[in-house]
Amino acid sequence: MTGPLLDVRGLSVRLPVRGSMRTVLNDVSLAIRPGEALGLVGESGSGKSMTARAIGRLLPRGAETEGTVRFGGRDVGALAGADLRRLRGQVAMIFQDPRAHVNPVRRVGDFMTEALRANQGLSAAEARRRAAGMLAQVGIDDGERRLRQYPHELSGGMLQRVMIAAALLTEPLLLLADEPTTALDVTTQAEVMAILDQLRREFGLAMLFITHDLELAAAICDRTAVMYAGQVVEIRTSALLHDDPLHPYTAALAAARPDITQTRARLRAIPGRPLSAFEAPPGQCAFAPRCPHAADGCREQVPALAELDGGVSRCARATELRGVLEVADA
Amino acid sequence: MPDSNAVLAVAGLGKKFGDFTAVDNVSFTIAPRGSLAIVGESGSGKTTIARMIVGLERPTGGTITACGADRSRPARSRKDRRRRGREVQIVFQDPYTSLDPRQSATETIDEVLRLHHGWPAGRRRDRVTELTELVGLDERQSRALPRALSGGQRQRVAIARALAAEPRILILDESVAALDVSIQAQVLNLLADIREETGVSYLLISHDLAVVRQLADQTVVLRRGQVVERGPTGQVLDDPRHEYTKRLRASVPRPGWKPTRQFFPSRPDHPSHQNQETTSS
Amino acid sequence: MSAAIPLGAGAARRSRPVALLRQTGAAGMASAAVIAAATFAAIFGPLLAPYNPDLPNLSLAWVGPVGGHLLGYDFQGRDVLSRLLAGAISSMAGPLAVVILSMSAGAVLAVASAWRRGATDAVVSSGLDILFAFPGILLAVLAATVFGAGLIAAAIALSVAYMPYVARVLRGSALKERGQPYVAALEVQGASGMSICLRHIVPNMMPLIVAQATIMFGWAMVDLAAISFLGLGVQPPTPNWGVMISENEVGVLQGYPLPAIAAGVCIVAVVIAFNILGERLYERAQAARS
Repeated sequence: MTGPLLDVRGLSVRLPVRGSMRTVLNDVSLAIRPGEALGLVGESGSGKSMTARAIGRLLPRGAETEGTVRFGGRDVGALAGADLRRLRGQVAMIFQDPRAHVNPVRRVGDFMTEALRANQGLSAAEARRRAAGMLAQVGIDDGERRLRQYPHELSGGMLQRVMIAAALLTEPLLLLADEPTTALDVTTQAEVMAILDQLRREFGLAMLFITHDLELAAAICDRTAVMYAGQVVEIRTSALLHDDPLHPYTAALAAARPDITQTRARLRAIPGRPLSAFEAPPGQCAFAPRCPHAADGCREQVPALAELDGGVSRCARATELRGVLEVADA
Repeated sequence: MPDSNAVLAVAGLGKKFGDFTAVDNVSFTIAPRGSLAIVGESGSGKTTIARMIVGLERPTGGTITACGADRSRPARSRKDRRRRGREVQIVFQDPYTSLDPRQSATETIDEVLRLHHGWPAGRRRDRVTELTELVGLDERQSRALPRALSGGQRQRVAIARALAAEPRILILDESVAALDVSIQAQVLNLLADIREETGVSYLLISHDLAVVRQLADQTVVLRRGQVVERGPTGQVLDDPRHEYTKRLRASVPRPGWKPTRQFFPSRPDHPSHQNQETTSS
Repeated sequence: MSAAIPLGAGAARRSRPVALLRQTGAAGMASAAVIAAATFAAIFGPLLAPYNPDLPNLSLAWVGPVGGHLLGYDFQGRDVLSRLLAGAISSMAGPLAVVILSMSAGAVLAVASAWRRGATDAVVSSGLDILFAFPGILLAVLAATVFGAGLIAAAIALSVAYMPYVARVLRGSALKERGQPYVAALEVQGASGMSICLRHIVPNMMPLIVAQATIMFGWAMVDLAAISFLGLGVQPPTPNWGVMISENEVGVLQGYPLPAIAAGVCIVAVVIAFNILGERLYERAQAARS
């Protein structure tokens, strides 16, 4: 396949909230090539989780969408029946809280082998063998024993590893990971991230990795997209994101984070608070009210996503601000 | 290191829940205007320590002394409980459940003032205004119910409520962990300002090493209820001595960081599970 | 997820009763209207009654609707409509007393055992479980045997029977509030248990308490009507809907069903109204929790 594996263009989503429709995603566009990992970073209201749900056809009832989501060249929104089931096999998803997504009264083995037996027609024994093998890949050696356990008998980190193994068993093409390590201890997080990174490369999976942590995304994703108020505001090669950001929000976000290597007198906080798409002032750049570099033009129209130096930026002043957007502190 | 001027002194503190030892022989002190961080992951016992200091749990061993008064045993009278409330206060992690959903910030703070002082309404109103301004809440936000406020705004209310008692020590139990990065920065700056203005000491409970670096002068590293390392924050983070501290430090994402798989043995008798304290000072 | 409501959209203060009612939907509002009508009848019934509800006139017994007598005459020749209106007060006051007594006692026990937790909670729960074993009507019969038949004895007996149920339902909610960090924050401030329970825990349980009380009014009404029907509650000649059913029961088989059915319809209508309103309020209380 020559085109991108996942191609999202102009995706807008509105959800019914207490009687009226609220915009949660506003003209989101991004693409992931086969085997590529894209990080998706944002704060509350940025729409990052909603984007993943839209891709996986998991939007809540009553949602209205505009724009297209194409997977393997086919429009995801138009799929139904057997085609939709095939999509589910090709797009796997792991979530922040594994316990909320697994049946507590079924054993781990049942849960892991279910899809294999149903969709690929494997025998129970063969499916278990494969499941145990995958568990070993994620660092769980006593796989056979674990398969007989119930979810509550496993720690958070271990359960998340099981979820990763379960996701990989169906041999998907794309993995959607929605804050999979946010609820884990930092040492467990590092281990799970390493497993995810290694296996993803081994299996040649594409991945959309959602997080609020810019550095975490940059650690295992080739490129990173930053979202604000339901829009994509920047997509950039991860290595360049910190030192040469193309959008003031990215720079501000990186600068607001405390530094583990030094104490600063005060952090460079962004005034105000992150907005959702429906709260953003219409007809202008959503970040302008909080942006230290906002000019009059920024408040007059919504800036378009434009290509710049191999990445994209939704800042009207992106070219002028190259080199001015400092992230590293003095 | 025993400091007779310490505003908080914890010695040999322990807590067992049945057979399970959550906190084992923990000692530390905080100087006036100082700030100490207790760093640990889940199961380290750090929250249990905080709860014991404010009296929500009862220690099974050791002593806690705050502002010169012992508080290892539960308070014996209502007067005593209130006095303790004026010594040590706490801000919890979850902004969504740490405020009474039926009270505005003004009402919440006013209730605390009425608890500790017999002031007339006018004086209380002035003090409420002082406190809400101190934490950066405007008039509308002060009169709104919690459900109309964001997470960061609610934490400001919680901080104002804690400060209304004018405590010498403020315990911040993962108080910024649930906040967005940009809001977290605002609240961290606010906490630094408050410490400068009021001279309160902080006991910071956190798993986030960067936040610890930003806010705490001294750090104690806790693992499975025991102290494994202690010292000035800079030293503990830049030059860790104990294996666990090193692992913790190496697990923090930063520019250029790549996670690597490590061998985590599950057998409890493996030497890497033993805690032997090392000091950096 | 910090989703603050922007300025002006509603730092909604305490829910006004009217706004609350509107949220219960058409069925809820219709039920509230029925309840309001019954309450009105209870208070002003004797004044509104077009004819004397107590004066018997056997020559007019069982006569059907004629002239100004919309529902005809009962077995003693008294105007049925007047008797229904006069009987509203005893039919509504009994359940009201039961609700007030059982909800108060149940709430106190629930909150106290949730606050103390541990041994106190275990002992109270066990005690309530034992009390749970006695059905209301059985206790009413016992009370009638010991204290003599009458509305007061029946109401007290029923309150005792309902109390464990109330305590169990409210205990869950009380425990949940007890475990919230805002309660811990108040404890750390040095506030007393009593003031935290009264000023914070109970008010936060109010939606559930109101919903529960409403549903229970309906049940109490049915139980008290049954008790009065059995002759152990309100005593004739005092007008009472439950008593009217038993008094006029013989007429149903003889072809004069109207008096008994009219009384039955009153009871059923009010009970259904309380049930519907109570369930709507309960749904709303649950929704507000999440």
